[in-house]
Amino acid sequence: MIRTLLAAVAAGGILAAGAAQAQDKIKIGVLATLEGALTTLGEDAIRGMQIAMKQANAKAGGKTIEVVTFPTNASPDSAIRGARKLVEQDKVDILVGPVSGSEGIAIRDYSKTQPQVTFLNGSSGAMETTFVTPSENFFRFNMDGAQWLAGLGKYLVEEKKYKKIAALAEDYSFPYTQLFGLTLEYCQAGGQIVEKFWVPLGTKDFGSIIAKLPDDVDAIYLGLGGGDAVNFFNQYSQAGGKAKLIGGSIMVDQTVLSSKGAAKRLAIGVPSAGPQADVWDDPKWQAWVKLYQESFPPDKRFTSPSLTGTAYYNDFNAVFQVLNAINGDLSDGHKKFRAGLAALELDAPNGKIKLDQNRQAIGTNFITEVVELPNGDLVNKAVKTIPNVSQMLGLDPATRQKIGLPSRTNPECKTSY
Amino acid sequence: MAVEASRTSGILPASAPAPTAASSLPRYPALWLLALFLLILPAFGSDFVLIQLFGWTFILGMIALSLMFLGGYGGMVSLVQMTVAGCAGYMVAIFGTSAVAEISLGWPWWLAVVVAIVIATLFGTLSGALSVRTEGIYTIMITLAIASAFFYFTLQNYSIFNGFSGFNAVRVPQVFGIDWRAAVPFYYLTLFWAVIAYLAVVYVSRSPFGLALQGTRDNARRMEALGFNVTAHRIAAYAFASVIAAVAGVLLVWHGGQISPGTAGVGPVVDILIIAVAGGMSRPIGPFIGALIYVLLRTFALDVMEAVGLDGKRFQLLVGVGFLLIVLFSPDGVLGLWQRWHRRFLAPAAPPARGGVR
Repeated sequence: MIRTLLAAVAAGGILAAGAAQAQDKIKIGVLATLEGALTTLGEDAIRGMQIAMKQANAKAGGKTIEVVTFPTNASPDSAIRGARKLVEQDKVDILVGPVSGSEGIAIRDYSKTQPQVTFLNGSSGAMETTFVTPSENFFRFNMDGAQWLAGLGKYLVEEKKYKKIAALAEDYSFPYTQLFGLTLEYCQAGGQIVEKFWVPLGTKDFGSIIAKLPDDVDAIYLGLGGGDAVNFFNQYSQAGGKAKLIGGSIMVDQTVLSSKGAAKRLAIGVPSAGPQADVWDDPKWQAWVKLYQESFPPDKRFTSPSLTGTAYYNDFNAVFQVLNAINGDLSDGHKKFRAGLAALELDAPNGKIKLDQNRQAIGTNFITEVVELPNGDLVNKAVKTIPNVSQMLGLDPATRQKIGLPSRTNPECKTSY
Repeated sequence: MAVEASRTSGILPASAPAPTAASSLPRYPALWLLALFLLILPAFGSDFVLIQLFGWTFILGMIALSLMFLGGYGGMVSLVQMTVAGCAGYMVAIFGTSAVAEISLGWPWWLAVVVAIVIATLFGTLSGALSVRTEGIYTIMITLAIASAFFYFTLQNYSIFNGFSGFNAVRVPQVFGIDWRAAVPFYYLTLFWAVIAYLAVVYVSRSPFGLALQGTRDNARRMEALGFNVTAHRIAAYAFASVIAAVAGVLLVWHGGQISPGTAGVGPVVDILIIAVAGGMSRPIGPFIGALIYVLLRTFALDVMEAVGLDGKRFQLLVGVGFLLIVLFSPDGVLGLWQRWHRRFLAPAAPPARGGVR
């Protein structure tokens, strides 16, 4: 019986390959992390996609939109396998995804071998994806990790008067990229980063690091995320830590702020930056938060949309807008569709987004501070918005190229580059 | 007999027949039909079926085959085989070319591949040397420890292994004017090496060395009394299995075009054990059957769940239940099911097989 079942599964899969593709249908493949450490972010990405699909009534440019999802586990291997299945087996026309950084680079490479498909990045934020050897048919409507800290450096020096800071971050590419963005701006504004501490991703015990944190600095930048961020807050409060803190884009997001325990009270007042703020008085943003909250019951969603939810929602809206404008015409290797995407100025809930010549987003960034709502919830409130943040990070292209890519040691802290 | 009992009960389920070399003869018509099917598959299979289903099956099957060789003929369940494959994949990326130009040395592909296989084989042999003096669960523990250590080392070492991001844009070379990255050539490449590995295991299992190895599995003490160096035999078995895993590792890095710590993380390491057990540890074809089931489940579980109206997010449930059912109904994997079915309907005259060691 089991063998029959398995045989049926196998046969079904192989036969589906031959199914003819109807002309009045456009297939979109979605890659999202539905297992492993980033599952909650992947699930919110799916919610963003579902809201956009519902809003458009699964139709765009006079054609029916069909979505096929594939689960990944945040490893590039799984992203490639998923993309292959969606592109080569399900024959999708457009692929949206993935969620995390290394996956994005792998999909960018894969997109070069599939010129007939148009790829939209989901929410992955590695700088290399579009900055080095970009792919003709890969579009990214979200900013990279370095852009996500744009504006924070100046804010720290000018408003907060933090002249000397130390940095503590996880030892992999995303925190490098974030610190890259912060260092360039903060050091040019006259700040100094005196020491950097790197901890492995998934660190449970911060005891020895907390003991080593210097006292003679104005604040400590924290480039942690998820469980690591929660663990750090708990242990730092138990150790009686008093230093002022600065957060990376995922240090004080909803996954951390909605966790249980009193230690997160340390987060109140922490400045941070990212591509969105939980509380922002822009009507478009508030309409999006309301739509998100009404679309799912409270136990099946976050308090407000996460940045993956917003990113996937934006991607689908970009696809729908362009398809509507060109009447769903994907002929001639998506020529009209790609030209439409490249020229699009997306009026997204988190600010206007357009693409540069590498098909990388130039968008709006938010400086935020954590505040406590009357009901005790902690949220990120927008204190400042920075429009038109590009991958050049305010430098001229030649200088920007010379600095290169983020690493543990790059860039150095200098007042001019 | 105490040694024998502890060994078989620790490694293979008691009812599973221990593999014997003679049973691997390709005398069944099914095997010839299978060979014909695999040879002409590119005539009607899509690129996806060729690379993503069968290419991946052959690669995982080879890695599981190296475990089957150690576990089935040598009585040593080694969880380090996926790590050996990962090590070979990393070496190809480090000595050959990748997008991480500051680390990759850019040697010609054939040199990089040979060096990768040699280094991975040394690594596997060394791991074997560390673990062969242990039995059963302790072998599993030691090899799992080596596998985890390798995973965390690659995750945190940036000067050689490039940490979390690993290496991307590792390309299959173009040789003899053929683009081996294209679907049909890559399919035949993986098929070729899978067949070579299969035949090598069949051959070695019937050679004096293979028979002696099966002797050490069944009664190490008696073999020692007969003058065989049990430890040396076991280490040699590790070396042989490592070569197979290393070749598969080279194909694996070419298949994905990249390698990162997650490729040989603890999850994939355990997956190889699941593949070998679900397929059947008694014959070299078992791991390939297990790999095919694994690949099909991993690829289509979400679609199947959604097709029957269940929440697609719970696709792991189907994967888990699938393997649970196989192991529950047949302790010797799919092979065991096949053998029982074969016995009942096709060869009723044959005497029922005895459990344990023949």
